[in-house]
Amino acid sequence: MQEIHSLLEGFVVALSFKNVGLMLLGISLGVIIGVLPGLGGANGVAILLPLTFSMAQQPGGTTSAIILLSCIYWGALFGGAITSILFNIPGEPWSVATTFDGYPLAQKGRAGAALTASFTSSFVGALVAVIVITFLSPVVANFALEFGPPEFFAVYLLTFCAFVGMSKEAPFKTLASMMLGFALASVGTDPVTGTLRLTFHTQVLLSGFDFLVAVIGLFGIGEILLTMEEGLAFKGASAKINLKVVLETWKELPRYWLTSLRSSAVGCLMGIVPGGATPASFMSYGVARRFSRNGSKFGTGVVEGVVAPETAAHAAGTSALLPMITLGVPGSPTAAVLLGGLLIWGLQPGPLLFVEQKDFVWGLIASMYLGNIAGLLVVLTCVPLFAAILRVPFSVIAPIIIVVCAIGAYTVNNTMFDVWMMVVFGVAGYAFKKLSYPLAPLVLALVLGHSAEASFRQAMLVSQGHLGVFFSNGLVGTMTGLALALLAWPLVSWAIAKVRAGRAFG
Amino acid sequence: MSEGRDGARAACTRKTAEIAVALLLMALGAIVIYDSLRLGAKWGSDGPQPGYFPFYVGLIICISSALNLFNALRIRPEKDKAFVEVGQLKLVLVVLVPTVIYVGLVGWLGIYVSSAIFVTLFMRRLGKYAWWKSLAVGVGNSVAFFLIFEVWFQVPLPKGPLEALLGLD
Repeated sequence: MQEIHSLLEGFVVALSFKNVGLMLLGISLGVIIGVLPGLGGANGVAILLPLTFSMAQQPGGTTSAIILLSCIYWGALFGGAITSILFNIPGEPWSVATTFDGYPLAQKGRAGAALTASFTSSFVGALVAVIVITFLSPVVANFALEFGPPEFFAVYLLTFCAFVGMSKEAPFKTLASMMLGFALASVGTDPVTGTLRLTFHTQVLLSGFDFLVAVIGLFGIGEILLTMEEGLAFKGASAKINLKVVLETWKELPRYWLTSLRSSAVGCLMGIVPGGATPASFMSYGVARRFSRNGSKFGTGVVEGVVAPETAAHAAGTSALLPMITLGVPGSPTAAVLLGGLLIWGLQPGPLLFVEQKDFVWGLIASMYLGNIAGLLVVLTCVPLFAAILRVPFSVIAPIIIVVCAIGAYTVNNTMFDVWMMVVFGVAGYAFKKLSYPLAPLVLALVLGHSAEASFRQAMLVSQGHLGVFFSNGLVGTMTGLALALLAWPLVSWAIAKVRAGRAFG
Repeated sequence: MSEGRDGARAACTRKTAEIAVALLLMALGAIVIYDSLRLGAKWGSDGPQPGYFPFYVGLIICISSALNLFNALRIRPEKDKAFVEVGQLKLVLVVLVPTVIYVGLVGWLGIYVSSAIFVTLFMRRLGKYAWWKSLAVGVGNSVAFFLIFEVWFQVPLPKGPLEALLGLD
């Protein structure tokens, strides 16, 4: 089989001494980032991205760089579980469902079991997703080689409409936030004609808004401000993991194989859709509760209630990379930052990557297998260390994180303007979070704005301005139709709810 | 943190905040529309003009913000919770104001000196740490970052008079 062969070659690339070292470094940094308030997968990767610029210029360096950054992502995913279980503070939105049973378990003194279960099921979820990526992504990429501008625009449209259709937040808030991202993306030079747009004759706006700065501000500074508001009494359960607890938990885990399998499936399916990790974790928690024999005990601290959301969240977080590498459409903010990295290193994400950059793609996929194994070992052995970081008082951690964010924002383009913008985005992120405007669509629109606009305009050029081009063949028509259906979904569900309510009261 | 009854008073209600954000976004949308129209948002001889795409983006911002504004105006007073309480706002400002001053200082003193000052004062004022502890963490942090960025990764960060004096530029 072609995939197995390519994968083995990928392992050769990923298993070099340097790359394994970067993997371990990335995982450890990632867990720390995931554990610290104000730093998460997306802005952690964004801050470290500029450090890879020089690394990526060496031969084979882009593979090392993506291995480092993707391992930070895996590490952050693992780290989110630590804060959810020990401190009842979900590090990432998709860790929220983990707190339902993880924190009660920790309070019962079974923190070790909860952590072991969550790490192991994260690993299982990620593994299933990587296997899916290994065999599905070449097929998708091959299929997408035939795509022209209308098809690509339809994919973008589908991505963005999925946000509106699947978001928990008010649809018009999602739309406003997304369009703000597109507007910010269009500041600067027009990608097609080179005309200056929305710069208002100022020097600083010539190069536009960098999404890395937006990510660092929105998620970093915004998060610090939010954390600050809640007051800072971190009261955590103590974490002791020893081999005995690990082995005992592992003995218990095979009982939940059906839950694992279901959650992996939910995760993989939802992960490919943008913004899917969070709904995936909630959905699989709900499904597990309904189908499990001891479903009524969910929420009081059962291991199964940790297994379900963690498996799904990691499966989704990992499979979010599938559309990124095959189509150039990231499924999550962190995947978006990784995509931005690829663009900066001079790689064009999309189907051609599988033809032109085989080493890179398969090195990355192989590193996903290895990175998750390394991740499991690192987190299982070092939990007390990472939990200790959380006990460092906030008045020490907060200013250091702000300094790190400022450095990260500065290094993107070496301008002070970006650091000021980071503060502005921080305040905006704080307000948006409090008013439940979703941030992920904003970031994705900011990253994809140029490509989406370019594909739209190219499609329109081909068709001489007829929107009918987006329905011109079965494939593009199906995608556009599906996108419009998703866009209309909030309206439909609102109407259904109205009718039902009307019946109930009438 | 307990600030008493005064701290739990709303500094700004949710309704006010919703309205403010919606109006702000509408204004931004209007700016986008204005500039797109200036550039031409129609169909030119060689395809869509540069303002074509942003024009519709601006339009959707305005429309969806108008709907958000409409929803915000319908929030009934009894359901109007606090957007931020006075006590919370104080805590947020305690972080935000020094951050703004810090960023201002970076342009003048360079990032290392201002970071040392920022971390030290933050720990001293908010964490009530002893001066020597705060100073040790502040300076140590900057030295560590100097080694990581300037020496190890060779990424130049903004520097000020102190670095010039020490010949580290």
